[in-house]
Amino acid sequence: MGGSTNGATDLSSEMEVDAFRRLFPLRFHERHLLESVRPDARSLGKARETSLALGAVASADGSALAKIGCTVNPTMLAAIKMEVMTPAKETPDEGCVAIDFHMPPICSPIVRPGRPAEAAPVVSKQLSDTIISSGMIDLKELSLVSGKAAWMVYLDIYCLDADGALFDAALLAAAAAFSHLQIPVVSLNDDGRIVVVSKENGGDKKEKNKPVNEEKRKLKLKNIPFALTCILHKKYILADPTAEEESIMETLITIVLDSSCQLVSLYKPGGPALAYESVVQDCIALSRQRVKELQKVLNESILDMEVD
Amino acid sequence: MIAAVYGPKAGTRKNENPEKACIEVIWKPKTGQSGKSEREYEMTLQSICLLNVHPNTTTSIVIQVVNDDGALLPCAINAACAALVDAGTPLKHLAVAICCCMAENGQILLDPSKIEEQKVKAFVYLVFLNSIVSILPEGGKSMEHGILTSVTHGVMAVDDYFSCLKLGRPAASELSDFIRNCFKSKAGNDPSKAA
Repeated sequence: MGGSTNGATDLSSEMEVDAFRRLFPLRFHERHLLESVRPDARSLGKARETSLALGAVASADGSALAKIGCTVNPTMLAAIKMEVMTPAKETPDEGCVAIDFHMPPICSPIVRPGRPAEAAPVVSKQLSDTIISSGMIDLKELSLVSGKAAWMVYLDIYCLDADGALFDAALLAAAAAFSHLQIPVVSLNDDGRIVVVSKENGGDKKEKNKPVNEEKRKLKLKNIPFALTCILHKKYILADPTAEEESIMETLITIVLDSSCQLVSLYKPGGPALAYESVVQDCIALSRQRVKELQKVLNESILDMEVD
Repeated sequence: MIAAVYGPKAGTRKNENPEKACIEVIWKPKTGQSGKSEREYEMTLQSICLLNVHPNTTTSIVIQVVNDDGALLPCAINAACAALVDAGTPLKHLAVAICCCMAENGQILLDPSKIEEQKVKAFVYLVFLNSIVSILPEGGKSMEHGILTSVTHGVMAVDDYFSCLKLGRPAASELSDFIRNCFKSKAGNDPSKAA
């Protein structure tokens, strides 16, 4: 190893910044924290720039690309496909939502084709719990013919660039995809089966005229949840960590608030640092701010879509 | 819930950092195979385990679910901690886990059973540090007050979450007293394992 270990100050003046960052990542970040700033010049409580693009996948019924951070590559791609199925006997009026989160090897050098990332099933389960328990989607809206046919929604989220705070980006992409979703037009044909009607033909509708037939409609979303992940390190709270920060400082806490500022989920999966009440309060305050920012971003992108 | 601890064994699994010890958690559900939700439990338990004395070794914890009567994760954490102490692995702290849920009418229930868990609108699993102080000091920040882990399901207001915390702490300290007494009586019988 290069210099001796007598005082970080000696080493840092002799070594290049990049080398110091690789060899002593914790000290590198701590020296930034002392000045209340982070290596990418953000302040401690500030999240990265976020942008959304709706309708990224033309063949899907609803899709969105979420980009967090200023890298050129977008972070998450969410796409929704819908399929008609028979609903379960206990809930004949409700459709069903299946959420899956994938981390293909494109997203990060630690993921390889033979070894899926450990984080993928965890984030996937967290996402489905959060989306279903937040009540964003009313399952009854997904019903077509009570007891016989209902929509099954397949939501797939692909991580394209794993740069920290995966859950935040994934939730944002999912919410955006749902707000872009347009339920396709269907009709009941002679065999009693539901068939998807293509846009051109108008005179092919038989028998029961369900309201869905008229036009493609959008799902009504209430209480959209938004997430913020923070890292706790000694007495600092860092919002929206990058992958580098996440790997060094191991204690994450994710707070999901919905638009009415109710707590949908607070997930702190253990770690070396403890969370005191005051810390949790601070994180919640940071999340509230973030919810407002994200809502603005989402509304702007929806307006952009509608203009087209 | 039965927990078994094997280790430390030589070598880290999956080429993890050789300067630290590695904890591997295997969760065996009562029926069926390991699925996604099991992986979540594994990750939570992994982050609970706090120890770094033997580098480049692997300690395996196997959790077998015998009977699922609600509050699965807290039960597993308590069992895993007890097993780790029994194995004599060096630990920084012990963790104590409880479950708290919010019923429809706004009441807070501690330690729900499976039926109750399915009916309530939200529940919280909390893990605190096991502390010697059985009477909580007033105000101020002390080690015993920190939350190690918190996992919530369902929507609840922020204030409700904090009231769950307040109710949860005394319950956790009672539970931690109980666990300590169990260890002491066990250690009395077996001097090689005296803490």
